[in-house]
Parts: sequence; structure tokens; C-alpha cells
Amino acid sequence: MAIEVRVPTILRTYTDGEKKVSATGDSVSALIEDLEANHAGIKDRLLEDGQPRRFVNIYVNDEDIRFSGGLETPLSDGDIVVILPAVAGGAR
Amino acid sequence: MRFDTLIDSVGNTPLVGLPRLSPTPDVRVWAKLEDRNPTGSIKDRAALAMIERAEAEGVLRPGCTILEPTSGNTGISLAMVAKLRGYRMVCVMPENTSEERRQLLRMWGAEIVSSPAAGGSNEAVRVAKQVALEHPDWVMLYQYGNTANADAHYRGTGPEILADLPEVTHFVGGLGTTGTLMGVGRFFREAKPDVRIVAAEPRYGELVYGLRNLDEGFVPELYDPQYIDARFSVGPRDAVRRVRELLESEGIFAGISTGAILHAALAQAAKAVKAGESADIAFVVADGGWKYLSTGAYEGTVDEAEERLEGQLWA
Repeated sequence: MAIEVRVPTILRTYTDGEKKVSATGDSVSALIEDLEANHAGIKDRLLEDGQPRRFVNIYVNDEDIRFSGGLETPLSDGDIVVILPAVAGGAR
Repeated sequence: MRFDTLIDSVGNTPLVGLPRLSPTPDVRVWAKLEDRNPTGSIKDRAALAMIERAEAEGVLRPGCTILEPTSGNTGISLAMVAKLRGYRMVCVMPENTSEERRQLLRMWGAEIVSSPAAGGSNEAVRVAKQVALEHPDWVMLYQYGNTANADAHYRGTGPEILADLPEVTHFVGGLGTTGTLMGVGRFFREAKPDVRIVAAEPRYGELVYGLRNLDEGFVPELYDPQYIDARFSVGPRDAVRRVRELLESEGIFAGISTGAILHAALAQAAKAVKAGESADIAFVVADGGWKYLSTGAYEGTVDEAEERLEGQLWA
């Protein structure tokens, strides 16, 4: 099972500069464990007290996991997970 | 319709059915035309509400200077009201926003302080907060945290939709300051809790997410996730595709953020069709496409448009 994980610039120190890495897991939680196994230290940047950190947004197929099951959001082969920092964004 | 002044004409915008874009007669999408506001965007509601509250609280008096981190619509809205009410307007915005925006702001008399492109609006917010400290007599209405912003939608946008579309099942809005979704969301939680509140969040190029560390992130103070049911990240490619589709099939010339919102609305429509459910999905047309013509979103191939938008704060 292969899940593509897109990593923001700020976390690429954990992925040898790669913007996309492959990982496995049947839930976001399991995926993060798998990421940690291959990119030590990344889990602590993503989670605090077992929950996604305040300024970290995680999307599965473009949907924010906080509304689709949180860390227990299920994953299937071919899903795309995007990690982005929370920003003020653009034109308001 | 008659109003005593331009400001009195804010809100009460049309809700327009989209028979060609709606997938079936039972699953319909409806566009709320917020470009039909005095300065052409939904921000007129928030700007007026924030200024009126500040006036009521005695914080804003004639001759005061209003300061705001804004790269466009809010600044334009505030500048218009400021001009009519006699305030000075200073906008802090990233240096890489479109020329139309800057020109419009200057035309309405606003002064612009540029913040660095890298870090986008986060940086503009930071710079504005710093400028506010240096000028304690200036008034920063602060659209990202001012509850009058959300209240404008609680009192206006939400009730208007329900009045025009009692059968509404979904509301889809753009997630920026979060004012629209918080206000409309709170309204529907009270008035019709079954309505699904869906947020469309623009996804930008890497530069905009270039923080020095993850603690530098920003979440608008207004944001309360309890008022939304789903949040979707939409990139410039889908936004451009949809905004062109909207123009081509329904004749509506909308700004690029509307493309992102429509993308999320059509995804909800597709879900309803698949589930065999009927749906009436109201979504926001936040503004018209005029200010975005120079971005290249409406010309050339979608590939070319996407490439051009990648480095920009396209919504």
C-alpha cells in the first residue's frame, strides 16, 4: 500500500529535502508512525499530546482530517496526504 | 429598490440558480452574488459592520486613521466607507498582489504599506500589528479577529439565504478570515442545524507557506471549527477550471476564489447524486473577475493559468 505524502518546505529537513515521500498506514495515525520510522523526528513536529499541532493542517485527498475523522481518518492505497502549515493566506 | 446612500445598499444580494451546472433537477447549486455589493465584494458586509461597531463603541471618531492588514477586498471596502465617513485609511499588504488591487485602493484614497511577499498575509498581519503598536491612536479593526465581521454574516448573508432558499441543505463559502463561515455557520446551527457548512480553502504555492518554524503559523482568532462540517483544500488549477466553467455555462464572471468555492460545492453535489439524495447547495460568489484579469486566469490554457497563479496570492 502506497500513500503519497506531500511535505511542506519547513519539514523537508526530515525528508532529505524531498517534497513528496511514500508511506503506508490504514489511518493517518498509522501513517504518521510509518513516517516517523523513516524520517525520525517528524512525528513530534506534527503532533502534540497525540493530536495534530495547532498550526499543522493535514488533508487526505484535499479534505481536512479534523472534519473527516481526525487521526483515525482511514486511508486507502493511492490516497494523497498533504501537510501544510496554517497561514493567513491570500487576499482578504 | 431605493436607498438613501450607497452604504445602505450593502447586502441583500441575489441568489441565482444554475440550471446547467446543477447535476440533476434534484441536486441544485445556487450562486449568491456578493459581487453585487457597493465595491463589488462580500467584504462590504464585514467592513461596514466593523466600522459601525467601532463608531458605536466610540473607538472611531471623524478624522481617525484606520489600519488593516489586507491585500484587497477588505481594504477596498474599508477605504470606500472611510472615504464616505471621513477617516484616513492605511492598508498593509504583501508586495506581490495584483496591480488592480493597489490601484483600486489608491483610487479610494487608501495608503499602502507593503510587506514582504514571502510569508504572504501572515507577514502582513505581523507588520500591521507592529505598525499598530507604533501608532496607538490608529484603529486596527482586524478582520481576522473582529466578531463584527462574522456577525455581519450571521445577521445578513445567512438569513438572506434561508429566506430565499428555505430548502437549503448545504452552504459553501471561502475560508479566509473565516468570517463568512463562522457567521453563516452559527446562523444555520440555530435556524436550521441540518444544513451542512462546507469551507473551501485556497491552496497556494510553496512561498506562501514558507515559515521559519511551525510556531509561526496563523489561525484567525475568529475561527471556531464547531461551525463547519467539512473543509477542503483547493488548488489554483481547480479554481481556474471552475471559474471558466461558471462563465461558460452560466454566464457568471467571478473572481478566482469563487472557482475554489464552486469546486467544493460541485463535490458536495456529486456526493448527493451518488447517495441518491436531493440537495440545494448555496455557494458564495465572493467577487467578480475584474481584479484578476491581469493574473492570466481567464486566458490561455488551464496549464498556463495554473502556472501563472502558482506564485501568486490568487485568492
